Order: sequence, then structure tokens, then C-alpha cells
Amino acid sequence: MSRARLFTLQIGVAFVFIAAWHVCAQYPVFGEVKNFRFFFSAPDDVGLRIWKFFATGMIWRHLWITLTETILAFVIGAVGGVVIGFWFARQPRVAAVFDPYVKMANALPRVVLAPIFMLWFGLGIWSKVALGVTLVFFIVFFNVYQGVKEVSPTVLANARMLGMNERQLLRHVYWPSALSWMFSSLHTSVGFALVGAVVGEYLGSAAGLGYVIHEAEGTFDVTGVFAGMVVLAFFVLAIDYLVTLAENRLLAWRPPAAGQG
Amino acid sequence: MAFTNAVASGRASSLSGVAVALEDVSVVFGSGADSYCAVETIDLNVRDGEFVAIVGPTGCGKSTLLNVVAGLLAPARGRALVRGRQVAGVDADAGYLFQQDALMPWKTALDNVSVALEVAGVARAEARERARAWLARVGLARFTARYPHQLSGGQRKRVALAQVLIRNPAILLMDEPFGPLDAQTRGLMGDLLLKLWSDDRKAVLFVTHDLEEAIALSDRVVVMAAGPGSRIVAEHAIDLPRPRETSEIRLEPRFHALQRAIWSDLRAEVMKAYGDQFGE
Repeated sequence: MSRARLFTLQIGVAFVFIAAWHVCAQYPVFGEVKNFRFFFSAPDDVGLRIWKFFATGMIWRHLWITLTETILAFVIGAVGGVVIGFWFARQPRVAAVFDPYVKMANALPRVVLAPIFMLWFGLGIWSKVALGVTLVFFIVFFNVYQGVKEVSPTVLANARMLGMNERQLLRHVYWPSALSWMFSSLHTSVGFALVGAVVGEYLGSAAGLGYVIHEAEGTFDVTGVFAGMVVLAFFVLAIDYLVTLAENRLLAWRPPAAGQG
Repeated sequence: MAFTNAVASGRASSLSGVAVALEDVSVVFGSGADSYCAVETIDLNVRDGEFVAIVGPTGCGKSTLLNVVAGLLAPARGRALVRGRQVAGVDADAGYLFQQDALMPWKTALDNVSVALEVAGVARAEARERARAWLARVGLARFTARYPHQLSGGQRKRVALAQVLIRNPAILLMDEPFGPLDAQTRGLMGDLLLKLWSDDRKAVLFVTHDLEEAIALSDRVVVMAAGPGSRIVAEHAIDLPRPRETSEIRLEPRFHALQRAIWSDLRAEVMKAYGDQFGE
């Protein structure tokens, strides 16, 4: 399928969906229009609301807060995951001792931690960052651990034969291998950082996209909820795009994975 | 035991420098009832400047011997000496060319070669300059910026060869280095190896399952028995003239005579190994 044709079809799907939504919001297809609009709003209303978000400039502050929380959660979680993952992989005894606790902590649904983080860190950004960190940490941790453990034995033996000492092995072999595993999970971990931020905001805050959606929901303002969701979706797409750019730069040495463009 | 030692003893003077010596080496894997003896009581010398090929059936412990010389594996009994020094731990004097891809996939060809010098304390700029020169010597001047996955199997072997040789190791250990390559590339790599080797004639221990390759490259072919508990069953001196062109030398009558002689020793072992794998 050509690029142009694919793009046309993709636009077509959105068009059909929005058109159907519009028709239902204008004509009594499913009972009264008023009822439908209460539950599902209408595409033009949602569009208008989004335009207002940006025209009044109120959304920028919320986007900025959510972005800050996401970045902080990612950076702190990733650094922690890399350090601990490295340490555990190089010290099997430490890893064995902590193994049940790591599993336990990872098994816990992170949302239940949100109230305790609110209690500890207050309603500001740090309780959201903490929630994101607990999500990002484990993804990065497991990937780095794996990356260090699964260095090709031949590459390792070769590096030893080239005269590398432990420190040099760390720098030239273990570290790049671990980083490559971490970067391969970049999409997932950045996504989880954002999930942590938004869920945290949703559960209690005074700013951020999660807050915008939660507030609209509290007043049965379905238009506001949908508008917030659309902004959130595009926000995620934009971040994902940036991650892809970073990934292409950082993993240039990797062969293109089978099945992926 | 049928012992068909055909070493031309004229050059085998014990006074000449011995680069590698294996003395009564046995290697055992595992312990207790599950233990498995890979090689048994191996005695083998490689003289300075000598190119020795080891052939034998699959799984006879050829690579095990190399790993003992490299210091990657400690023998259960006996000892390995490199230039008179007993091998303990990874041997810095040895250059090892592996069968599988051993390049660091996250480094470019240039970085893969220059890192071999950098870890030895050579300044980065100088290391890169010399790495560039070595890549040119192996015919990869235009490919310095490529990552291993962007190179063909033969090109990757050339990078690996440059990576090993740039350190100027005293001895070269090669574990079926050209095994994964197609026949033509293998021939070209053999010629390249001989050309580089003839510049400074390091002692080489070359493991292969390809008898023709062994004869074409080496001064002496050592035949190992089928495992477990593999021993050396025969040695043959290869008196073909140098310099050699691997594709040309194969056509010589002397080559065929040697091939027939060595194959008669090797055949029995191959059949034994085959029989062990597939029943009676």
C-alpha cells in the first residue's frame, strides 16, 4: 500500500467515526438527542472546547505540570533501575537475597500506593512523580538486569582476551549492553511514567491533565472529559514521537528488528 | 595403538624456541558421576613461527585445547606454557579469533579495533590512527564507520582479525574462525591470513574441521581422536612450499597425497564419532 493511500484510509477512519458521532448528536438515532449529548457530547462541542483550552491558554500550565512529572518520574526511575539492576546483576548473592521482595513489590498494583504517596508527599507534583517512579523503576530494573546477565559469552570472552580488566569490561561491554536493553524498553517506561503522572493527578491534585479530566467529570461535563482525553492522546503521541527520535539516535548500532518496519 | 607420526623431525629440534607447550593436559567438565573428560593426556608443542592446525571430528575437544592455552579454561591435570611461562588466568600474550561473532555490536568497526589498543593504555587518537591503518590492511578502509550488523560475515571476520592482530600478540589461537563463512569467502580469508601471518610469522594454533583448509594453511596438521577423552592420534608435517595461494595449492599432487594420508587417520575417528551419535 502506498504511503498516500494509507494516509487517506487512516484519515477516512477518523472521518467516518466523527461523522457517525455527529449524526447521533444531531438526529434522534438513539432516543433523544439531549440524552445522547449528555452522555457522549458532540464532536463540534469537543473541538470547540479544545480550541478554548488553547485560546485561553489555560491548558499550557496543565500540560507543563504533567510533562514535568513525567520527565522527573522517568529520570528518577530510570537512574534507580539502572543502578540497582547493575548491582544485582553483578552481585548474584545480593540479587538472591532481595529476589522475593523485588517480586513482591513488583506484584503490587501501583495504584494502591497513590494514597500513601499523597500522605507522604502531599498533593503537589512529588506524589505523582513517586507513583511514576515505582512504575518506571521495575521496567528499567528488569531490563538492565537482563542486559547485564545476557551479554553474549563470546563477546565477553573476546573482550577478556583483548586484555580488558573488570572496570574496562564494565565500561565497554556490560554498560552498553545494559543500556541497549534499557533503551529498547524506552517506549514502555516513558509511557508508564506518564500513566503514573496522570493517574496521580486524577486521584488528587490541583493541576495537570489528569486534574482537568477529573474536574470535568466531577461536574458531569462530558465535553470537558472528552476534550481532556483528546489533548492527552495527542500529548502521548508527541512524547512517543520524541522517544522514537531519541531511540533512533541511541540505537543506531542495532540491526532493524524483524517484523518492525 | 596405531601411531602414525609423520613429523619431519629435521625441523623439530627441541632447541628451537617453543611458543606453546601443552604438557600432559587433561580437561574434565562437571564433577562426580556426571563428569566428562573432554581431552586426555595431550602433549603438543608449537614452535616459534609455526602454523599448526588441529583437526578432528566434531566434539573432540579441539576448542577446549585452545581455551586451555588462552587461559579461559583451567586443565584438570597437566599444564600449558606460552613462551615458557605457565598459563594462569587469561593470557595477555595470546590473540584469540573466535568462531562466533565476537565483536562488540555497539561499537563501529573502527572503535572495535581501536579499543583493543585503548584498553592497553594507548592514547585514543593514536589508537584510532593505528586501527584505521589495520582496517586498511584487511581491506576495510571504506567501512570503518560501519556497525557489525552492517557488515557481511566475511567483513566481520576481517574486523575481528584486525582487532586481534593490532595488539601484536605473541601467539595466535584460532577456533574454526572461518567456519561460518561460505567456501569462497573462506578461501579469501585464508589467503589474507597467510599474507598477514607471513609478515611476522607468529606461532599459530588453528582449529578446524575442514581438512583441506588445515593442509592449505599450516606447517603441521595434528589429528585428534573422537571424544570423550580425546587424544592426539597422528601428526603430519605439511611440506608444501610457501608462499601459498590456498585456491592454487589445492590442485598440487602433493596436496592430494597429504590429504589422503591424513584422511586415512581422520576417517576412523570421524566414523567413531558418527557411530556414537547415531547408535551402532
